[in-house]
Order: sequence, then C-alpha cells, then structure tokens
Amino acid sequence: MTQILFKNINMKDLHTMKVYEEQGGYRSLKKAFAQKPEEIVEAVKASGLRGRGGAGFPAGLKWSFLAKDVFPRYLCCNADESEPGTCKDRELMLKNPHMLIEGMILCAYACRIETGYNYLRGEFHDLNVIMEKAMEDAYAKGYLGKNILGSGFNFDLYTHLGAGAYICGEESALLNSLEGERGEPRMKPPFPAVEGLYAKPTVVNNVETLCVVPYIVNEGAEKYASLGTEKSKGTKLVSVSGHVKKPGNYEVVLGTPIREIIYDLAGGIPNDNKLKAFIPGGSSVPMLPADQVDVLYDYESLAAAGTMLGSGAMIVIDDSVNIVETTLRLISFYMHESCGKCTPCREGTRWLYQIVEKIMQNKGQLDYIEKMEDICDNMNMKAFCPLADACVSPVVSSIKYFRSDYEEYFKNVPVSSV
Amino acid sequence: MSGFTFSAEQEKEIEHIFAKYPFKKSAMLPLLTLVQRAERRVSPEAMVAISKKMDCSPAYVQSVMSFYTMYHAEKVGNYLILFCINISCQLNGCDKLLEYTAKKLGIKVGETTPDEKFTLHREECLALCTEAPMMRINDTYYGDLTEQRIGQILDSLD
Repeated sequence: MTQILFKNINMKDLHTMKVYEEQGGYRSLKKAFAQKPEEIVEAVKASGLRGRGGAGFPAGLKWSFLAKDVFPRYLCCNADESEPGTCKDRELMLKNPHMLIEGMILCAYACRIETGYNYLRGEFHDLNVIMEKAMEDAYAKGYLGKNILGSGFNFDLYTHLGAGAYICGEESALLNSLEGERGEPRMKPPFPAVEGLYAKPTVVNNVETLCVVPYIVNEGAEKYASLGTEKSKGTKLVSVSGHVKKPGNYEVVLGTPIREIIYDLAGGIPNDNKLKAFIPGGSSVPMLPADQVDVLYDYESLAAAGTMLGSGAMIVIDDSVNIVETTLRLISFYMHESCGKCTPCREGTRWLYQIVEKIMQNKGQLDYIEKMEDICDNMNMKAFCPLADACVSPVVSSIKYFRSDYEEYFKNVPVSSV
Repeated sequence: MSGFTFSAEQEKEIEHIFAKYPFKKSAMLPLLTLVQRAERRVSPEAMVAISKKMDCSPAYVQSVMSFYTMYHAEKVGNYLILFCINISCQLNGCDKLLEYTAKKLGIKVGETTPDEKFTLHREECLALCTEAPMMRINDTYYGDLTEQRIGQILDSLD
C-alpha cells in the first residue's frame, strides 16, 4: 500500500535531523527555491490536496486566496488536534517533526510568508518539546531563519501552546487564541486569507496537510494526483479506534473500502461481537450503520452516504453498545466545549443533554425524539462556527439509524411518570 | 492582598516569550501557562502581575483565563490526572477505570487528595484514541490502561 506520510514512521530516530536527512529530508527546499513561489501554489492546486483537518477545502486554492500584496502575512499550523477519535497529528509530530517543519517552510515560501506559528493544543507539551528541538536543529542547519540555503528567503517559525479548548481547532478561534484572547470564533467573511492573524492575510492548515507538501514538491503534483479517486486525491491518515482488535493510525489511499480499514488494517471486531455502527470522520460527523461498511473512504462517497470524511477518525462501535449511551457522551462533550457565544449552540447542546439524560434514566416520553429533532433543526447552520452542527450530527444520525435503541428506554418508563 | 512577583528566571522566560510575537497580546496564554506550571494555579495576585506585564486590566486576564480548562483558580495537586472519558475511551471501558482510580486515591472525581499529591479530573478527548483508555498525568500520556497498570503508574509517582 502506498505510504507517503507514514513511509518511515517507525524508523528508529526518525525525529532526529540526521536520520530525517538520510531519508531525503529537506531535499525539497532546493527544488522549491529554484521555482517561483506561484509555481508551488499551482503544484499544490494540481495535486488536488485537500485540507486534512476536517473541512477538506482544497489547500492550493486556500493559498491562492491570500490578499494580494498585503504584508506581512502569517502561516499558522493547526496542531490543536482535539476532534474526538483523532490522534494522527500527534503521531506525525511525535515521530516525524521535521516533516512538518519542511512542509511549513515550503508553504511559507509559496505564499511569501516570513513568520509561522505552530499552534499546538495545550496538552501537547511533550510534543512542543520535540518540535522545539527539531526547530533548533533546523535553524542550525540553515533551513529556518534568514536567507535560507542562500535563496534570499527568510522564514522564522515558533510554537505556541493552547490551553485546553476544543473550539480552538476552528481556524478563526485559533487565531483569536493565538492573539491572546478567548478562543471564540470570528464572523466569516473576512476569511483568514484576507484578515487572519493580527488582521493580516493568514494561511491556516492542518499538520497532515502541510506534511504532504514535501512529497508534492519532490515527486510532482501528478504523482500525488494519480493516487485516490477523481475528487479525493492522495492518501489520508485514518485513526481507527473503539471496538477493533488493532486500533492505530493507518495511511490509506483515498477510495479504500471502509471494510478494508476496519477488518483488514484494524483487524476487525474483538470478542466475537458484530459491527453495529461506525463514525467515519471524528465525532462531529454523522455515524453510519454496519450495512454501509462497503462505502469507499473518500470525500465524495462519504458525502453521498450522508456523512463526511472529516478529520479521518474512524470510531468503531460493536453491537454490545446502546447507541444512546455514546450519543449522550458526545452531546456532553459539545455542551462542555461550546464557547457560549451563540445561543443555539450554548442552549441547544444543554437541552439535548438534559433530554437524552432523562431518556436514559427511563424518564423519557415518546415525544422526546421529536423535541430533539426540533432542537437540532434550530441549531444546525445557525451559529458562527460549526460546533453546533457537529453536535447535531451524532444526534440526528443516531435517531435515523438506531431509533430502536431509544425506544428500548421508553419500554421501561413507569406508567405513572408519563 | 499579598503580592506576586516573578522570579528572575521567570523574568528571563517572559522576555523570551515576548520576543516571539510582533504584538505583546499574544503572550497572554504563554504567561498564564508559565504561572500555572509554577504555582499549580493562577491566583488573583498572579493575574494582577500578568496584567502589569501585558498592559491590560486584571479583569481581562481573568476573562481569558476562565475560558481555558488548563488554567485553575484552585490549586491542583502535584500530579494532575486528566482521565479521558470521551467516546473511544468510553467504548473501551474508561468509566469503570475512572471509578477505580478515584477509589484508589480515596477522592471523588474533581477533588484533590488531602496531601495535595493528586488531583483527579474527568477530561475530554486528549488525542490518544488508538491507545484508549488513556490518561495524562502532568505532561505524560499513558495509554492502554487497565486497573493493574493504573495501580503501577500511581504507585511509581513520588
């Protein structure tokens, strides 16, 4: 299977400059500096690379949206990885920090950016130490700093730690947080490409997205675009967790059947249980029932199935579980993480929690499901950022596919309480 | 109100932090983190000290601080245990393990042991889902938890 990001991932000491360089690391820089910055942007566009953080927006297009002739500009790497089920960026930075640095240098060169920040979630203090060391080595080698490899191009890179807020993975909230404010999302437009960090044009990309760029520069856009499907090019890291025998991060070519991911790569369901449901792209996307396991893992196939590829977190749920329990856990998460700025999200997440909690205490009434759907309708697409929509996804999909799990609880409702 | 002063070492660190950003305001989270790590909480006195460094009001420092879950107004123990209870960990039995941990420490979730050694918090996804159930103690991630492993980890901490 083609491996781009995980090719050498378990190689000993890959995180060191020596081993990374031996594997061809930082080779792309000279190649890039021989080209005009616009050519790199065009190559990334032609590669079909889409943002790997969740939204799947074409990366090259995002870069080309930067406001013309406005400087300084900034690059922010989104290493806030907090979408439940997702842990791929952690493994990338832990084992291969130089790949991210190389990708950031390339992006900065392509977009004429001289300052970059890597925004890591606050809990990644251990990764921050690793990144800082790798950056120090990259400065010593002249890959970062002034006049990189004699190209005349300058790029300074810094890390910045968050402090525990899921919402800071949303790009405009991340920028507010990096500016030292509460991590509340901003109204869009203006998008960060026009007014981002310090109101200057800013590129915000996920760790995995930036890590792909060295490959595109080294091997060419065509080679990357030859992998995957028509609309989903290249490979994707999938974090497979939950009820599987071999949980782990796996790199798959987009368009791989989900069955292969769950049963071949992750070894299938343990304890002779059966697959009940899976959430294909992190907790914010709708779950699918077991009979959809032959859907292909790519942006368009998952969209056609009514869900999303999201961050690439495959959460596998077996038939020992009542889906209402997992749904309540996810609602609780979104309630906790709602920043409180928008009413539909702040109140909606709490109301959903109260209702489902009551259902689980066998105090539910038959019209509760209708009420939940009504609340979801009033949350979906009605807030500044997608957090409210994210909470709606598991709720609506759990009702759609596993209504009988809710009805289990209604069976036991004492007559007197209805 | 007794004052809070930064140590000489911290002053040096603060200079280093300010140098990273073109605008001072970006140093807010790093300064709060600096204090939290040293004091195991951010006291009102420290907020005043930070506000002086940042040229803003203490109330503003507090408004930022209160947004983020990693800053604590109440002092946390020497070892802050963040126990993930999100979906992948839930599917792998974290609830029972959290209960076990609380019982072993003799405290309820959210509390600190009387000797201030441990604080146990329920936590949302910490991004180690492929090794669920997991917890983070101070800066260290621990995955593939079992009762036995938790016992060993807790016993190994001085």
